[in-house]
Amino acid sequence: MNALVREGARLAGLVRKESLQVVRDPSTLLIAFVLPALLLFLFSVAVSLDLEKVPIGVVLETDAPAAQELAAAFAATRYFKVHPARDRREVEGLLVAGDVRGMVVIDQEFERRLETGRWESLVQVITDGSQPNTASFVRGYAEGVVQHWMAGRRAEVAAPGPQAGRVVLEPRFWYNPEIESRRFLIPGALAIVMTIIGTMLTALVLAREWERGTMEALMSTPASIVELLFGKLFPYFVLGLAATVGCALLAIHAFDVPLRGSWLALMTLSCVFLVPALGQGLLISALAKNQFVASQIALFSGFLPAFILSGFLFEIASMPPFIRAITRVVPARYFVSSLQTVFLAGDVWSEFLPDMGAMLAIGAVFFVLTARNTRKSLD
Amino acid sequence: MRLLAQIRKELLSLLRDPKTRMALIGPPLMQLLIFSMAMTLEVRHASVAMLDDDGGRASYELTEDLRAASFVDEVLLVDSPAHMREALDERRVLLGLHVPSDFSARLARGEPATVQVIADGRRANTAQVAVQYVSQVVAPAGGVVAVRHWFNPNLHYTWFVVPSLAGLLVMFSSLVVTSLSIARERELGTFDQLLVSPAQPLEIIVGKSIPALIVGSALGSVMIAAAFFVFGVPFSGNLGLLFASLLVFVLAIIGIGLTISSICKTQQQAILGAFATGVPLVLISGFATPVENMPRWLQLVAQASPLKHFLIVIQGSFMKGFTAQEVFANTWPMLIIAAFTLTVAVIFVRSNLE
Repeated sequence: MNALVREGARLAGLVRKESLQVVRDPSTLLIAFVLPALLLFLFSVAVSLDLEKVPIGVVLETDAPAAQELAAAFAATRYFKVHPARDRREVEGLLVAGDVRGMVVIDQEFERRLETGRWESLVQVITDGSQPNTASFVRGYAEGVVQHWMAGRRAEVAAPGPQAGRVVLEPRFWYNPEIESRRFLIPGALAIVMTIIGTMLTALVLAREWERGTMEALMSTPASIVELLFGKLFPYFVLGLAATVGCALLAIHAFDVPLRGSWLALMTLSCVFLVPALGQGLLISALAKNQFVASQIALFSGFLPAFILSGFLFEIASMPPFIRAITRVVPARYFVSSLQTVFLAGDVWSEFLPDMGAMLAIGAVFFVLTARNTRKSLD
Repeated sequence: MRLLAQIRKELLSLLRDPKTRMALIGPPLMQLLIFSMAMTLEVRHASVAMLDDDGGRASYELTEDLRAASFVDEVLLVDSPAHMREALDERRVLLGLHVPSDFSARLARGEPATVQVIADGRRANTAQVAVQYVSQVVAPAGGVVAVRHWFNPNLHYTWFVVPSLAGLLVMFSSLVVTSLSIARERELGTFDQLLVSPAQPLEIIVGKSIPALIVGSALGSVMIAAAFFVFGVPFSGNLGLLFASLLVFVLAIIGIGLTISSICKTQQQAILGAFATGVPLVLISGFATPVENMPRWLQLVAQASPLKHFLIVIQGSFMKGFTAQEVFANTWPMLIIAAFTLTVAVIFVRSNLE
């Protein structure tokens, strides 16, 4: 009984010491609270996947009334910001410089083609292919504007036209009916914030201890390795959870992201995600034993994969099989998808449980690998 | 002479340790390979749920057309709205199509028929693209518009991603190397020795900049070569101009890194500081989403990100055949950033002397 109390006291002492160290360094607080707020803000304002007002040039090479009508239709849509021109050479320079992302050319033959019913290639659309995403957007909406304009014209003058598609799609977006990208980006950003705290920060701090030899010194004390690691990791666990709560409150109240699931599910998921995140940080520190190397590895194996391989910005199913296999060992992948569900859809435990299982399994591997490595290095 | 010796020493301290050497070159190149394949906004291997209340010929044909579509891997037939909801909730499908019971009958009468498409808004971006693809399947476009994509006729996403990633990875590597440089000496206590030595603050900054400039531009050159030889991105600009612009870009990043380094007391603070600066610089650079999508005031802020300017230069040099004039138009802002940040770094180092 006495021994148990003594051990408990020792553990509490360890945790207290490590926590003080964490709180004392201003850079820790910068990373845990200021950077997350900045990130969430940027994801809601800067990183918008909702294209609107894409700058294009509309070149009107004829004065025919129908051509002017069509040009006006381009100017009226909210998807484009039109730069009007009379000569295509004028717009070509802008296209090379990237000042416009596309060019619609209504040439002298327009009216004649319209009247003789040769609708193929009625207008020309040239896009800036160096930005493929914007290019397909410009193409799609330019087609839409022309087709819509022609449908309106047919209704007016009862002119014959190409037969409209007879199957009409009625799209509805569940969970995010307004299709606002920040609704799904901000939950994903939370996973990035947690990766920064759990993996980057932990890897750095512990690498410093290895670098200075204080880790070895601690290992020679009566505290067991499990106690030591617990003492080291616990403050970051708490810091990670505190940042989650802060970010979630910001997301809900400042950035208008709904939390349709429960806080219980959100916190459970966060706790589970911290296991592989901290484990990865610990493993990196034990392998690198040097702050520079640790920061590079953490950046390239923790932060950037959480950004690019987690399904946060890029759809995993669309990646080549080899890359899809790699994403399976990125813990953020499971966290991002569960977070998007808990915020936008609700508590879907049938999705959460497999995700949590995967995160725990990855975490276990990280801890086992660390244990092996540390033991060897002490011999 | 003194300066040369200092540069030599800095280069050695950077490249001596094999682990450090590996960490400088290995991971960025690996990331270039992996991420360039991962970053795609096309939709492939999608799963679609089909709730067919009609069961007629037209709905059967629609299902078969979907199965045959190149972006669809699997069509999951469900028998009730509840099942469809479940499949969407659990992310087993990206889209759910609901065919109403009068679908075939209406089409047979020559009337338009509606199909409800339910898309997963948690992945709204992907889902929007997929809805577009489905509309191509049910009603192929009439071709009233003749489309040509300049600079990248087949819209290869790698042509856009690889040069951009090269810029991003060079930026992070240079930023971390330089932000650590002064902070490490301060942590080890050797910075005080440097301050009491005859070296001037300007010399210290130059001595710290040149090695990082060599490492950063070497990494950049390797990546530009990889983009051309490994990924087959055509290069239509001027290599010399691009390299000159790369040097200015790395210099601007070094200025930012050294400014961070001169105000940090420990390596940990320096790395975290570099990180807290680097991530926002990337987010406003137009790397993930175009700058023109951002609100006006943020577009102004984005001018301060060297990466924003360099992305224009590197993409333009690869795909758009940028001439001296266009390269220069996007390089001088980086020159100003470099001059400003390097001056600030010198001032900060000098203030340490007093």
